[in-house]
Formats: sequence, C-alpha cells, structure tokens
Amino acid sequence: MPVSSFASSLDMARFLPELILTIAGTLLMVLDPVIHKRSSSLFGHLSILALLAGIGGALYGYAHRGPAFGGLLMVDGFATFFTVLVMVVGILTVLPSYKFLQREDAETSEFHALLLFSVAGQCIMASANELIVIFIGLEISSIASYVMAGYLRDDKRANEAALKYFLLGSFATAFFLYGVALIYGATGTINLSAVRAVILGPNAPAPVFIGVAAAIMFVGLAFKVSAAPFQIWAPDVYQGAPTPVSAFLSAGPKAAAFAVFLRIFMTAFEPIAGGWVPLVWICALLSMTVGNFAALLQTNVKRMLAYSSIAHAGYVLVALTAQSEVGTAAAMFYLAGYAFMNVGAFAVVSHLSGRGEKYQDIESFKGLAQKQPLTAAMLTIFLLSLIGVPLTGGFFGKFYIFKAALESHLVWLTVLGLLNSAVAAYYYLRILVMMYMHEPGEAVRDIEPLTPSLGLALILPAIGTLFLGIFPGWVLDFAGKSSNLLK
Amino acid sequence: MAEVPVSWFLTLSAVLFVLGVSGFLFRRNIITVFMSIELMLNAVNLTFITFAYQLKQVNGHLFAFFVMVVAAAEATVGLAIILTVFKNRSTLNIDDVNSMKN
Repeated sequence: MPVSSFASSLDMARFLPELILTIAGTLLMVLDPVIHKRSSSLFGHLSILALLAGIGGALYGYAHRGPAFGGLLMVDGFATFFTVLVMVVGILTVLPSYKFLQREDAETSEFHALLLFSVAGQCIMASANELIVIFIGLEISSIASYVMAGYLRDDKRANEAALKYFLLGSFATAFFLYGVALIYGATGTINLSAVRAVILGPNAPAPVFIGVAAAIMFVGLAFKVSAAPFQIWAPDVYQGAPTPVSAFLSAGPKAAAFAVFLRIFMTAFEPIAGGWVPLVWICALLSMTVGNFAALLQTNVKRMLAYSSIAHAGYVLVALTAQSEVGTAAAMFYLAGYAFMNVGAFAVVSHLSGRGEKYQDIESFKGLAQKQPLTAAMLTIFLLSLIGVPLTGGFFGKFYIFKAALESHLVWLTVLGLLNSAVAAYYYLRILVMMYMHEPGEAVRDIEPLTPSLGLALILPAIGTLFLGIFPGWVLDFAGKSSNLLK
Repeated sequence: MAEVPVSWFLTLSAVLFVLGVSGFLFRRNIITVFMSIELMLNAVNLTFITFAYQLKQVNGHLFAFFVMVVAAAEATVGLAIILTVFKNRSTLNIDDVNSMKN
C-alpha cells in the first residue's frame, strides 16, 4: 500500500495512545538516574498517569476514527475497545507492583518503562490493518514482555520463565511471519482488506496456497494466545515470572493477540472460513479440555491459574469458531471480563506470596478469610467469576460465547464447553474452601497488611467484574456495534 | 545465460525454514536453538525478497529490512536473557533449565 504523504494531524490523533505511551516510557528511563531512590514510587504514579492519558488519547482518537497512515492502522470501535482494555490492564498491573517492587527491592524505572512499551505495542496490534504492522506491534509488545518476565535477574525461576517465553515467543513470531511472506507472495499485498479483495477477486490465487499461509499464521497466533496444542510454554512462564507480570501477560498480550486473531480471520481470511473453522474448533476443544484437566492436578496457584488461562483461551476460540459478528462481540466482552478477574486473582496471589514469592502453594490460602476478610472477599469474587457464576462478568462472558456458538449451530462444541466449565468449578472452589474452612497457616500468619495501592489493585478489578456482571449491556452494546469489522 | 527460476529460491527458503524448525525442536544447546530461530527469520527474508522480485515491487525489500531490525532487537534481548540464565545455572543445556514441573 503506498503511503500517500507524510502523516497528517488526523493520523497523529488516531495514533495518540501509542505516542503518549512511547514518550512517557522514554521519559521514565531518562528520569531514572535523576530521581532519588526514596521517591521511587513516583515511577509508578507517572506510568499510571501516562496510561490514563493514553486512555484519553484513545477516546479522542475514537472521536476522529478512521484509517491512519494510508490504511496501515484502522482506528475503529474494535481497535479502541482493545486499546482501552490493554491500557486498563496496564494500570491494574502497576497497582500491585508498587508493593511488589518494594518488597523485592527492585524499584527501578525500567519495569514501568517496559510495561508502557509493551502496552504501546499491544495498542498497535489492536488497530493494525496491515500484516507487517501487526508483526511490528507484536514484537514491540513481546520483546518488552520477555524482559519483564525475567525482571528479577537473580531469581532462577524468573530467568527460566524469561528464557522459555523468549524462545517460544520468537519461534511463534517466525511462524507468523512466514505466513505473512506467503500471503504477500500469493496476493501481492499485505493490507487485510486488499488481501480479502484478492481472495474474492477474479485472479484469486490457488486456495491451497492461501490455506497453507493461513494455517502457518494460525500456528503462530495460537502460540501467542496459548491455545492447545501450542500452550506448552504458558505454565512455566506464568509460574516463574514475577506475579504482577504474570497477571499482565495473562491478560494484556493475550487480549491483543486475540484482537489480531479476530481481525485477520474475520476480515482477510473470512472467504476461506470453511477451511479454518474446523481447525479452530479442534483447538478450542483441546484448549478447554487440556487447560481444565491439567489445572485440576496443580498444587501451585500460579501454575493453576496458567492452566486456567489456557482453558479461557479455549472459550474465546469457541467465539471465533462461531465466525459471526455476535461471536466477535462475545469474544470482546469475554476478554474484558477475563482481564479483570484474572488480573485481580493474580494480585491476591502477589499479595499473599510474600518476599521472594515463597508462598505459592494452594495450602497458603488456608484461613485467609479470618486474617484479611477483604482480600478473601475480593478473591471470592474473582474466583466465582472465573467459574462463571451469575452476577459476575465471567458468567455473561460464557453466556454470550455459548449463545453465539449455538446460533452458528456448534451444538457439540457448546455441550463440551459447558461440561468443561463444570470441571473448572472444582479447582477454583478448592481455593475458596482453603480460605474459608481452615485455620490460618504459615503464609497467612506472615501476610502483611494491605497498602492503599494494593487495596485499589483488588477493589478496582472486583468492581469491573461485578459491573460487567450486573450491567453487561453497556459493554456488550459497544462490542456489538464495533464487531462489524471493515472488510 | 538462463535465469534461476523463482521456485528454486522459494524451495531453498522453505528448506531453510524447516531446518530452523527442526533445529529449534531437536537441538539442546540454548545458543543453537536461538540460532535456529534466526535461521527461520532469514528464510522468511529470502521469501519476501523472492516475491518482491517476482512481483516487481519494492515493498518486499522493505519488509525484509523491518524483519532484520526486529531480529536485531530480539537478539539483543535474547542474548541478555541467555546470559543471565548461564550466570545463575552455569549450563546452556536446555534440558537442565527445568525447575518448575510438578
């Protein structure tokens, strides 16, 4: 696609969130040597401020929505939804990390700068409309998050997590990129709308060629969203990474990768849906089953949440299998609800695990309700939402996804998905039993009082989860309006 | 002089890509695994350039440059991560970096 002239001010307005985050991230790195160690929570304040400004920028861009930079980006409702979502996840990651960084004696500006860069990459992914731009957004997001996963340099587990995340992530990117190269060769373009036009046009390339390219890109993206059978890295990475980072990885990059997934497969590859729907069907079922059954066996809470996040990726893939606008809207709603409940649950784990993240075992939750009823209550909300109990965001997320699946006549997938949700209830309830029906154990006796930032880190996602559960219409209406992607 | 057909380049890049994938899956040294990923990216670059030549477009060349820049950034971060792993464990065998299974 030729880019006609240099960026106009309208282009810049549509690119505002990424600009704000990049400038703020760079500024943070420059400020590091200037600012005294004593006032290091300033970094956190600044990055929250930048993310809030970014959300403002995204809304401003939405008011002037349309294509930017000659069609490289497409700022529409869909893009704005995910841009705001990943920035909210960013804020919810910064909040628990105040306490975390202080506890681990690792307060530097890098953590926040990397977070902002990673979120900026995810914003690009959300609005990219050309395959190479998607690739660049993906890499900006990934490279920053590789470093974040290994942020605690001297921690063996964090090293290992970073290494595995890096190797598998780059492997997946290479796959995605090979698919992009084949699409470029087959169609002569990498703009999603143009690719679609070529596939539908009179000179359409051989379906086999497009099919192979789409399959290779599918493998790359499936790695990124940790869908089975490409989920192998997720448990180790989420377990080994610092807990606030695990929270971030399980919500932000995943939501952005799903945004890319939806945009590519619902626009460019929609004409060949007959070919990829069975593939996604299998992946969805495998992810739900592998995730839930493996989570049953875990004793480490972070690892259990990792497997649960694989299962949740499976639910979102069900929405993709439905291959309809209703399905896209359901996936958007689900990812929003999932972000709140999962980040909240990880924040509780971060709070409980103590210095050096000693207490990660499920037994550590024994008696939490006696010592800190508020923390326990918040975790209860998150877990009930992860199970999918009514009045929480998780319930309506699942409800809309399976409704979309039924409308697309995916009866078997719906039945198997619902059975899976029943299995999942067991391992979430186990934590509830530990919290409410046992005497306090060692971890709970050691637990520190809630700080204001941690309190916010628990209460805000809880409010989000309940809001989506009680007034789902607001978010769903917006998602429904924006699920009609430009083709 | 007869020109080398485009399909030869594409075959070569496909072979390189598959070599990279198998290197990634079967090699045990972390540095070698990392090099396999670089090989995959270079195979992609060759594909881009071949198609750009075939389509007589300049875009494909540009994409190859983007890929190179990103690969360089990735290498910087990746080698730093590999270094910290080596510092903490004194091994570069990927099977020894496995402390988290239950």
